[in-house]
Amino acid sequence: MIERNARRKLVNKAMLALTAVCTVLTVAVLFLILGFLVWNGGRSLDWNFFTRLPMPAGESGGGMANAILGSGITILIAVLIGVPIGFAGGIYLAEFGGTTLPFLVRYTADLLNGVPSIVIGIFAWTIVVVPMHRFSAWAGGFALSMMMVPIGLRSTEQFLRAVPNSLREGALALGASKTRTVLTVVVPAAKQGILTGLILGVARIAGETAPLLFTSLNNQFWSQKLNEPIATLPLMIYTHAISPYEDWHRQAWAAGLVLLALVLVANIAARWILARGVSAQRG
Amino acid sequence: MAGIAVIAAPPPSTPRDFLRRLKSGDQIAHLVTLIFAASVFLVTLLLVYELWIHSGASRAKFGLGFLFSSTWDPIAEKFGALPFIYGTVLTSFLALLISVPLGVGAAIFLAELAPARLSNACTFLVELLAAVPSVIFGLLAMFTLVPLLREYGEPFLKNTLGFLPLFQGPAYGVGYLAAGLILAIMTFPFIISISREALLAVPREQREAALALGATKWESTWQVVVPHARLGIIGSIFLALARALGETMAVTMVIGNDPGIHASLLSPGYTIAAVIANEFTEANGDVYQSALVELGLVLFFLTMIINAAARLLILLTTRKGAKQA
Amino acid sequence: MNRNAFGPSLLAAAGLIAAVATAPAETINAAGATFPAPIYQKWFEEFRKLHNDVQVNYQSIGSGGGIRQLTEGTVDFGASDVPMTDEQLSKITKYKVLHFPTVMGGVVPTYNIDGVSASLKFTGDTLAGIFLGTIKKWNDAALKKDNPGVNLPDKEITVVHRSDGSGTSFVWTDYLSKISPAWKSKTGAGPSVNWPVGLGGKGNEGVAGLVKQTPNSIGYVELIYVVQNKMSYGEVRNASGTFVKADFNTVSEAAAGAAKNMPDDFRVSITNAPGKNSYPIASFTWLLIPGKIDNAAKKAAIKSFLQWMLTSGQQYAGAMSYAPLPKSVVAKEEKQIAAIQ
Repeated sequence: MIERNARRKLVNKAMLALTAVCTVLTVAVLFLILGFLVWNGGRSLDWNFFTRLPMPAGESGGGMANAILGSGITILIAVLIGVPIGFAGGIYLAEFGGTTLPFLVRYTADLLNGVPSIVIGIFAWTIVVVPMHRFSAWAGGFALSMMMVPIGLRSTEQFLRAVPNSLREGALALGASKTRTVLTVVVPAAKQGILTGLILGVARIAGETAPLLFTSLNNQFWSQKLNEPIATLPLMIYTHAISPYEDWHRQAWAAGLVLLALVLVANIAARWILARGVSAQRG
Repeated sequence: MAGIAVIAAPPPSTPRDFLRRLKSGDQIAHLVTLIFAASVFLVTLLLVYELWIHSGASRAKFGLGFLFSSTWDPIAEKFGALPFIYGTVLTSFLALLISVPLGVGAAIFLAELAPARLSNACTFLVELLAAVPSVIFGLLAMFTLVPLLREYGEPFLKNTLGFLPLFQGPAYGVGYLAAGLILAIMTFPFIISISREALLAVPREQREAALALGATKWESTWQVVVPHARLGIIGSIFLALARALGETMAVTMVIGNDPGIHASLLSPGYTIAAVIANEFTEANGDVYQSALVELGLVLFFLTMIINAAARLLILLTTRKGAKQA
Repeated sequence: MNRNAFGPSLLAAAGLIAAVATAPAETINAAGATFPAPIYQKWFEEFRKLHNDVQVNYQSIGSGGGIRQLTEGTVDFGASDVPMTDEQLSKITKYKVLHFPTVMGGVVPTYNIDGVSASLKFTGDTLAGIFLGTIKKWNDAALKKDNPGVNLPDKEITVVHRSDGSGTSFVWTDYLSKISPAWKSKTGAGPSVNWPVGLGGKGNEGVAGLVKQTPNSIGYVELIYVVQNKMSYGEVRNASGTFVKADFNTVSEAAAGAAKNMPDDFRVSITNAPGKNSYPIASFTWLLIPGKIDNAAKKAAIKSFLQWMLTSGQQYAGAMSYAPLPKSVVAKEEKQIAAIQ
C-alpha cells in the first residue's frame, strides 16, 4: 500500500515536471525565433534597405523601399474595402439582426476565415486579374480584404454585444433613434475592442504572402499606377530567401525582422488597448 | 433591442408604408447594414462558385479519378491529386504528432499548475507565436532547421531507425520531415491556447472532488479534469489541423517540391498549397490551370470540413461547461 | 477611435492612393525565363537610365510562366529559353508572336562536393546516369574514369532540378535526350518532365540556392548564376569528343552553325552542336514580342528597347558570361523590328 502510494507520488511529480518541460520548450521556441531574427536581421539592416530600390541580381547595395511602400498600399486597399464591410456587417449582426440571415452571415464569415490564404489568392485571381487581364495592386488588395472582412465582422459584433443594454435603453429613452443610438453611444463604447480587431486584422494580412503570389505579382521599381504589379515585403522575403545570393539573403533577414517587429508591435498594442479599455469600463 | 424597435412602430403593411418608413433613418441603417452583412454571405458563395467554374475543364476530363490518380504530367496534360493530398495529410499529421503532446502538456501546466501571472504571461507569449507570418517561419526553417536536420537530425534517425522504410533514403534536409516540424511549431499556439481555455472552464468542484477522494494532483488532472475538457481539446486539435492543411509559404520553402508519393519521411514531397504556389503562374493551357484550381477546391472542402468539426466541438464544450456551471 | 482624427486620416489615405493611381509614365510589364534574368534586369535598369519614362518590370517566373502570361495577355511581352511550339502559338490569335533572340548562354552542371574544388569532367552519359538515378554516388566508377586525379568522396549524390516549367530544363533535357537513349525513353525532353530523382528548386535562382546549401549536390543552371555565386561547375564532353567549359567562346562557337542557317522565325536548338570547341549545352534565349501592339507609347518604347538591345545591349553580355549574338542574326532581327505593327 505504501509502495503504491510512493509510486503514485513519483508519477505525480514526474508528469507535472514533464508538463513544465513542455511549456518551457514551446515558450523557448518563440524566443529562439525572435533571437534568430534579431541576430540575423539586425546585422543586415541598413539605411539602403529602407531607401533604395532592388538592384539587378548579383549586385549589392539594393534595398526594399518599393516593397515597404507596396505593402502599405495593398494593406490600405484591403482596409478600405474590408473594414467598412466588416464594420457595417458587425453592426447589423449585433444591433439589428433576425434569425436566418445572421446565421448565414456568421456561418459564411467563419467559413471565409478558415479558407487557406492560397485559395483566397485563386479567388482574387478569378475576380480581379482575369477580367482586368493584368496583375495589379487592386488584385492584391482585394485578396487581403477578403481576409480582413471576417476578422472585422467578428470583432465588431463581439464588442458591440458586450456593450451593456442599459446604455442603449438610456439613449432610446432620451428620444434618440436607433441609428443615432448605435452610432453615437454604442459604437464609441465599443471602440477599443473594434480598434483592436482592426489592428489584429492588419497585422495578420501584413504578413500574408500566398494571396499575393499571383495577384499583385512583384515589381522591381516603384509602381506608377494601382493597376500595375506592385512589390510587397512578404513576397520579397520569399523570392530573396530562395535565391542563391548572399546579399539577397541578408536583405531577406532584414525584411523579416522589420515585418515581424511590425506584426508583434501591432499585436501587443492591440492587447494593451483592450486591457485598458476593459479596466476603464470596470473602473 | 429588436423588441424595443418593434414596440416603437408597427410593421409596414403596404409598400407605401414601407417607403414612408424608409425615409426614417432607422430603416435605412437597417437596410444598409443588412446589405453589407449579406455581401459577406454572397462573397463566400461567389468564392465557391468561381472555384467550381474555373476547375471545370479538369473536372470534366478526369472526374472523380482526379482524387486517386498520382500522375502529374503537364506535357501530356494528365493530372492527379493523390501525391499532393498525400503530402498535405502526411505533413499535417506529422505536425500534430509532435505538437499535440507538447501542446496539451503545456496547456495542462499552464491551466493547472502555474500560478496565474506566470500562466497569463506564458500564454501571451505563446499567442504571439500565432501572429508570426508564415514566410518568416519559412525563412527560419530554410536556414536553421533544414541544415540541422541534414547534418544531425536525419543521419541520427537513419542510424537508429533506418530499418523502417520511414527513415530510409538520402538525408536531404528538406522534405516531409522538415515541413512537419515547422508546421508543428506553427500549430503549438492554437492547441495550447484553446486547450488551456477548455481546462480552465472545468468547474472547480470536479478537481476538489477528486482530491478529496485522495487523488494526487496529476491523477486529478489526468483522470478527471482532462476528460471533462476533452471536447475542447479535441476541438483545438482540429483547428490546428485545419491551419496546418492550408499552410503555404513555410511548407513550400522546405518540402523539396517533388510530386511523387514516397514512404520515407526523409524524402522530398509536395502539398496542395505548395504546388499551387509554385505552378499557378505558369500553368499553360486550360486543363493544367483548372487542375490547379481543382486542387484549390479540394483543399477548400478539406479545411471546411475540419473547421466545421472543430467549431462544433468547441461549441459543445462551452455549452456543456455552461450547463454544468 | 478619436472621431476628430478619423476624417483627416481617411482623406490622407485617399490622397495617397489618388496620387499613386494617377501618376504618369508607362510601366511595361514583362515576365519569363530565369536563365537570362540577370542580364535582362541589368538591361532594363540601364535603359531606364537613358530613357527616364520607360520602366520595364521584368519578373523572372520561368519560361513556362512567360509563355503562359503572354498567352493570357497579362504582360506586354514574355521571355523564354525554349521557343514556343506551334500548338502554343496557335492559342494566341490576336497577333503573331515574334521571337527575338537576345543572347546565348550555357547551362552548366554545378556541384557542391565536400573537399572537391576542381573542375569535374562529365559526359552526356554520366550526366544522364546521375539525373536518372542510376549513378548514385560521387565515387561511382563512371565518374572516376573521367576524373582520374580527383578524390571523389563516397557520398550519395543529391540531384537538384527545376520544380517549375523551365526553358533551362528544356535545354538540359534536350541535350540529354540527344545523347542518351535511356534518358530519351524514360524521361524525354521538355520544360517540365517527370524527374526520376531529386529535389525541385524554383527558378535558376532556386536551383542555385539549393545546390549552394546542400552538400554533395548537383544541379543545372545558367552560367551567370555560378559565376555570380562563385560556385563550382564542370566541363562537358561535346560532339567532337573534347571536354569544354562553358564560356563566351565555346557558347559562341555552338551558335555559329545555326547562325548561318537561321530560320526566319528564329526558332532553333543549338544543343550538342558540332565544332571542336563548341559547348554542347548552349541555347539562344528569346523575347516573345507581340506582332501587333495597340498602345502607341508602349510600342515605341519596346521597339526602341529592342534596337538598343541589339546594339549597345550586346556589350553587357560578355561581362555577364553570356555570349553576344552573331552579327548575321542581329542584322536579321533588326529587320524583324520593323514588322512590329
